[in-house]
Amino acid sequence: MLRTMLIAVAMVAGAAQPLLAADTASDPKAEFKAFREYFTSRFPKVALDDFVNGPYSMDEGLRKQWKAIDEFPPYEFAVDKGKEMFATPFKNGKTYGDCFPNKGIGIRQTYPRFDEKSGQVITLDVALNQCREANGEKPFDYTKDDMAALTAYMAFTSRGKAMDINIPDDPRALAAYTKGKEYFYTRRGQLNFSCASCHVQNPGNRIRTEVLAPALGIMNALPIYRSAWGGMGTTSRRLRTCNSQVRGVPLKAESEEYRNVEYYLSYMANGLPISGPGARP
Amino acid sequence: MASTIRVRAIASGDSTQVQSLISHPMDSGFVKDSKGQLIPPHHIEVVEFEHAGKIVFTCLWGPAVSKDPYVKFTFKGGKKGDDLKVSWVDNKGQSDSLVAKIQ
Repeated sequence: MLRTMLIAVAMVAGAAQPLLAADTASDPKAEFKAFREYFTSRFPKVALDDFVNGPYSMDEGLRKQWKAIDEFPPYEFAVDKGKEMFATPFKNGKTYGDCFPNKGIGIRQTYPRFDEKSGQVITLDVALNQCREANGEKPFDYTKDDMAALTAYMAFTSRGKAMDINIPDDPRALAAYTKGKEYFYTRRGQLNFSCASCHVQNPGNRIRTEVLAPALGIMNALPIYRSAWGGMGTTSRRLRTCNSQVRGVPLKAESEEYRNVEYYLSYMANGLPISGPGARP
Repeated sequence: MASTIRVRAIASGDSTQVQSLISHPMDSGFVKDSKGQLIPPHHIEVVEFEHAGKIVFTCLWGPAVSKDPYVKFTFKGGKKGDDLKVSWVDNKGQSDSLVAKIQ
């Protein structure tokens, strides 16, 4: 009973705060600069482009293991599956490529994007399901398997391209960015952690056996093959796992909060190369 | 369907190093699904690596081997351009094989 109440209180607090904070003005350009300077001055030895490699940019031992794993990347099967799915036409003869610019090749770095029609942030995963539904197919589950294979392939074709996220001149886009930022810095769960507690205050430090990744460029490696999962997972799966790990209640995959926080973090990673699909312990 | 086998064999000196990854669920038979039902055992039983008509490496696997298993070994012989055949059979009688060139 007490536990339920604690969670309820935490949820109310978590839900109320972004609403209040969304009213305060955001300056994405200044925040981008401050965010980047924080990481580059705290980790002067880490090359800027290396931040996208997450924990491997922080820990030499882990990096060696990663190099060995990467000779035979565990996400390779997913990339192959995604490639095949991508090339297979829907029942109406169209393909995924028809829904995207440049036939969907090498465009991962432009997502998530703000959609002016719906006034919402559209991630690559959401865009893929919209594409399926527009062509009369059932949407995929947002956390793993087919969705992870498709995004893995699309990330693979975009490797090395610089993250290129725009915040259009639209108050709703700025609001989405601000809400994402608020979500990132809001504490939640029984452990009372915010995303920033781990990924801004403690990158490179261990949380039990795991080395924490820096928030800078953290979206560039997704989707990931995570050994702890024994399989691939999308951005939603990663965020839901983060929420559970701080003993919070995970949100629905691709809920507005998750899309906004992905928007915020991807904007912060502008200019850094796509390194996905990644492999993580 | 793409092959379930990935293999890379590199000859150096008088020996060849082989690395291989196989995509397989390797269900042990002891795990329950989300409905509480046991997932029946489904795992690879034999993997064979064949070079020049001779089996150079055999794996006898059971339920304790992980999902998507990885193997690395070295054998004497083999040179660049030779064929290396990899094949597996699981407890349901399913199988796959692949012939790769030694690099």
